[in-house]
Amino acid sequence: MAVITYREALNQALREEMERDPDVFLMGEEVAEYDGAYKVSKGLLEEFGDQRVVDSPISELGFTGLGVGAAMAGLRPVIEFMTFNFAFLAIDQVINSAAKMYYMSAGQFPMPIVFRGPTGAALQLSAQHSQACETYYSHAPGCKVVTPGTPADAKGLLKASIRDDDPVAFMEGELLYNIKGEVPDDDDFVIPLGVADLKRKGSDISIITHGKMIHVALQAATKLEKEGIEADVLDLRTIRPLDVDAILDTVAKTNRVVYVEEGWPYAGTGAQIVSMIQDEAFDHLDAPVVRVTQADVPMPYAKNLEALAKPSVDRVLDACNRVLYR
Amino acid sequence: MAETKTRKKKSAAPKGEKSGGADTLKKHGIDEELARDLLRDMLLYRRFEEKAEEGYAIGKIGGFCHLHIGQEAGAAGCIKALRKDDYVITAYREHTQAIAKGIEPNAVMAELYGRTGGPSRGKGGSMHMYGAEVRFMGGHGIVGGQVPLGAGIAWKIKYKKEDSVVVCFMGDAAVNQGGFHEALNMAAIWSLPAIFVVENNEYGMGTAFSRVSATEVAERSISYGIPASSVNGQDVLETYAHFRDLAEEVREGGGPRFVDLQTYRFRGHSMSDPVSGTYRPTEEVDERKEKHDPITLLRDTLFDAGLLDQEELEKMDQEARRIAGEAADYADGSPVPDPEELYQHVWAQENHGRLFFDGRERGN
Amino acid sequence: MVTKVHMEALSPTMEEGQLVRWLKSEDDEISNGDVLAEIETDKATMELVARGDGVLRKIFLGEGGTAAVGAVIAVIAGADEDISDVEGAAAASEAGAEEEEEEEEEEEKDGAEDEAAGDDAPDDDESASEDAPKAKGGKAEKEQPKKRESGGEPAPSSQAARTSSGRVKASPVARRLADEAGIDIERVQGSGPGGRVIKRDVEEAKEKGVAEPGVAATGPEYEDVPISQMRKAIAKRLVTSIGPVPTFYLTIDVDMGRVLEARRSINAMLEEEGAKVSINDFVLKATAAALKRHPECNAQWHDGFIRRYNTVHLGVAVAIEDGLITPIVRNAETKGIANVSQEVRELAGRARDKKLQPDEYTGATFSVSNLGMFGIHEFTAIINPPEAGILAVGGVEETPVVADGEVVVRPRMRVTMSCDHRVIDGAQGSRYLQTLKRMLEEPAAILV
Repeated sequence: MAVITYREALNQALREEMERDPDVFLMGEEVAEYDGAYKVSKGLLEEFGDQRVVDSPISELGFTGLGVGAAMAGLRPVIEFMTFNFAFLAIDQVINSAAKMYYMSAGQFPMPIVFRGPTGAALQLSAQHSQACETYYSHAPGCKVVTPGTPADAKGLLKASIRDDDPVAFMEGELLYNIKGEVPDDDDFVIPLGVADLKRKGSDISIITHGKMIHVALQAATKLEKEGIEADVLDLRTIRPLDVDAILDTVAKTNRVVYVEEGWPYAGTGAQIVSMIQDEAFDHLDAPVVRVTQADVPMPYAKNLEALAKPSVDRVLDACNRVLYR
Repeated sequence: MAETKTRKKKSAAPKGEKSGGADTLKKHGIDEELARDLLRDMLLYRRFEEKAEEGYAIGKIGGFCHLHIGQEAGAAGCIKALRKDDYVITAYREHTQAIAKGIEPNAVMAELYGRTGGPSRGKGGSMHMYGAEVRFMGGHGIVGGQVPLGAGIAWKIKYKKEDSVVVCFMGDAAVNQGGFHEALNMAAIWSLPAIFVVENNEYGMGTAFSRVSATEVAERSISYGIPASSVNGQDVLETYAHFRDLAEEVREGGGPRFVDLQTYRFRGHSMSDPVSGTYRPTEEVDERKEKHDPITLLRDTLFDAGLLDQEELEKMDQEARRIAGEAADYADGSPVPDPEELYQHVWAQENHGRLFFDGRERGN
Repeated sequence: MVTKVHMEALSPTMEEGQLVRWLKSEDDEISNGDVLAEIETDKATMELVARGDGVLRKIFLGEGGTAAVGAVIAVIAGADEDISDVEGAAAASEAGAEEEEEEEEEEEKDGAEDEAAGDDAPDDDESASEDAPKAKGGKAEKEQPKKRESGGEPAPSSQAARTSSGRVKASPVARRLADEAGIDIERVQGSGPGGRVIKRDVEEAKEKGVAEPGVAATGPEYEDVPISQMRKAIAKRLVTSIGPVPTFYLTIDVDMGRVLEARRSINAMLEEEGAKVSINDFVLKATAAALKRHPECNAQWHDGFIRRYNTVHLGVAVAIEDGLITPIVRNAETKGIANVSQEVRELAGRARDKKLQPDEYTGATFSVSNLGMFGIHEFTAIINPPEAGILAVGGVEETPVVADGEVVVRPRMRVTMSCDHRVIDGAQGSRYLQTLKRMLEEPAAILV
């Protein structure tokens, strides 16, 4: 086990998978000469050459579609979005082409492609650069959505995503790239998609979350512990496929759930989880499930407003108290 | 079908112009047998589309159904000029292109009928024909959406150092889409082995191209440095020769090419649209049918060259009708998809966790 | 000065209220703080208090009528003041405005720090502000002004709270567990919001056998007794003498020796569970048990009738930071002393945290106030209407007493009962206190 950053973990995953499979290539804006906007692809150009590590023009729709075509023809592209905010330009290709190809062709064209990049807000980047995009992708059947929150998960899940035969929206976090954590050195360290991870064990309440928000949830859980409340913190890791069993297990254990996500509330990921819980764990609930999300507004620039808009430890605690009837 | 009959008398009379037709073949480097094949192909496409039209009229086919009637030379002339290992990707007016690339007419018709005999087992329909084995990379329903995909297929050819090419068809309206320009730019900077073909039938749905475009189709690739050419897309011989040569240039590393294939559709945009009306006059359509029908043009050339007579033509036509009729019978007899197929082919790979959220996998 | 009487939000979730009864009539003189009416909210019957002085000039909402929060339902003004504006407005809006409330729903956190996993945030625990968010926001303040020691009528249901459609409020898991344990959810007292029966209530019920056919099953919770002419006269005359609640006081001394013994042995038994009962728990238990035998003291004065309860909802006065609140141990006579003890502790804790729901402090049938822990030897407590009695309990003190002609030192406790003379006569109160004394001096009597 080495302690490395999330960024290095992604870099290792890319390097190892490119070594393992010559059909894997990386394309995106500034991924090659510049080493990647967030340095995730550092050193890869040197190692793999410009046919496999490719600087694209700023043409999200275009290079996304190119990736889809290449995947149709048998390659395994990794398409980097500088951030998923820019991928709105390309979402036609992700949804209309990639996610539906296998179905429209009755299985003739699998779509082994990864779309990756940071999602969610960083700091004071304002409305167009601060949005959590998971829901757009998880909404469409045919697309898998992966949201690692730790370096180990980043590595293991990216490797799994590259090896997967379906399109995967692999969503990182700008504010996660520098976090450190233990990551197995094993170059076959793969975390299967669709397996949630209990990041903390408790019995009084379940905080279910994904991506960057696991850190907010864990901080809230630490505070609750001081008040004698033990929280389960369940990191979904993959939004689709969804580890329904893990969710049902924690609900059955604690009977109380708070869902924390960075995205907006309306028809958000949490809404789906709540729907599933009331459908399948109704008799285990001792309180309504409460969601903590970004405020239902475009992200404001002003620092204080931005802080108000984001899910915070305080808001998670507040939600927990409501669910605990405290 | 009017074409073969109305012109029968005229062409049967003079035989002196034989040499003119032969010259034409010679000029394009096309031999007699190939010319006949091209005629057979176009007749089949025509009869097939008419059969589809009929299927639509009697409710066997639903949804959007875009016919290629009038534009058959593009399918035959371009695709027949390619190698088997070349790729074709296209938009949604693709029944005849699918047949040209090697998908059986029976299968194409079954797809139109929404039956399991179709290449997409009835789940794709008119706009989504796929043939992985024959490298027919699909009909795509969003205008221009397939153009970046075409570049991606070309990327793979180059990545794998193969010598095939990809032909990426689109309608004239697609050249006003952003993805078209992004794809052409990338094809140019990476010198991809792609031929981008605009089937320029002058109308994007019900709007004349000239009304919504600042420049002509053929000018659209200039700023990317991609060589452009225009070809008479109603003349199958010219079209064939053009693509045969172009494919070789690209195959030899010449980089991408751009073609303005000038053609005309004799039907409405789709089966649910009028043939003519506010956006184009009936007289215009009639005139084009009269003077620019690709089948009658080739027929006349072959008549002129003395390579075809009426009897043989009618035999060919009978054969085309037989195949189209059989396709309809096959489609009608092909089973509809099982209800369980609804959930097949959404995901290529199962993982842990639940992939569907429709209650089917609901626990307890 | 014209004071509009609004339908007030008497519970945090109330959107409209039903006017149960006007306690004042048109043309009555009104002082600020007078109880004007009883309002049935979504949770309980609450009292609507006057917010101005003058004359109750006009009532716009009749008994049984419903109005949205914020609607003007009456007007208080000087006898000759012009109130036509208010009359017009009330007529125009009828169902009334309902703003004010809504906006406060949003929990606004002032200056909550951003800690969305800042660069190295995950291990960093400091960014969140210290104070827990629960006390913040408008909720606590909203219910505060209306919070009273107790009062009003109990909810019409027996034990479990109900939704407007009459369904018992219970969480899904509570229903399932009750079902599995064969417990009638209707008999489980809910401790969740709005009296919702939640998992822990059912688990408690399972453990402590509350689901056994309790009071609620054996008969009606109370009986309304018509007021005889004599009582009417007593009431009328006494009210003119000491009004509005004509109170008298009865004091009795109790020997607490056996209680202290019993407490020692019970606490020894409970040691394993880490639980403990206090002297006050014995007092409460005995108070309830004695009331069960003296329903005339377990009663409420209502305009037109006296309501005698068949079960004891015992109010327990709890001092809190800025006042006093009286959470209620419901059906106290059916509960074991350990249960009473635990429940009181839990309620008192939440009372101090201001987490009580209105129906947890409204609807008592009798109350107890104990100031013994402050070294108070004897005092009188003020009745909390419509209850008719309250016990003021002093501390247990070593006191020289004469027994069998000899002076001995005994642990003694002095209890003073305040009685509403409209409901309780001197002899009735005295008999009650005798029963109480016997039960405390011979705790086994509680069991009889």
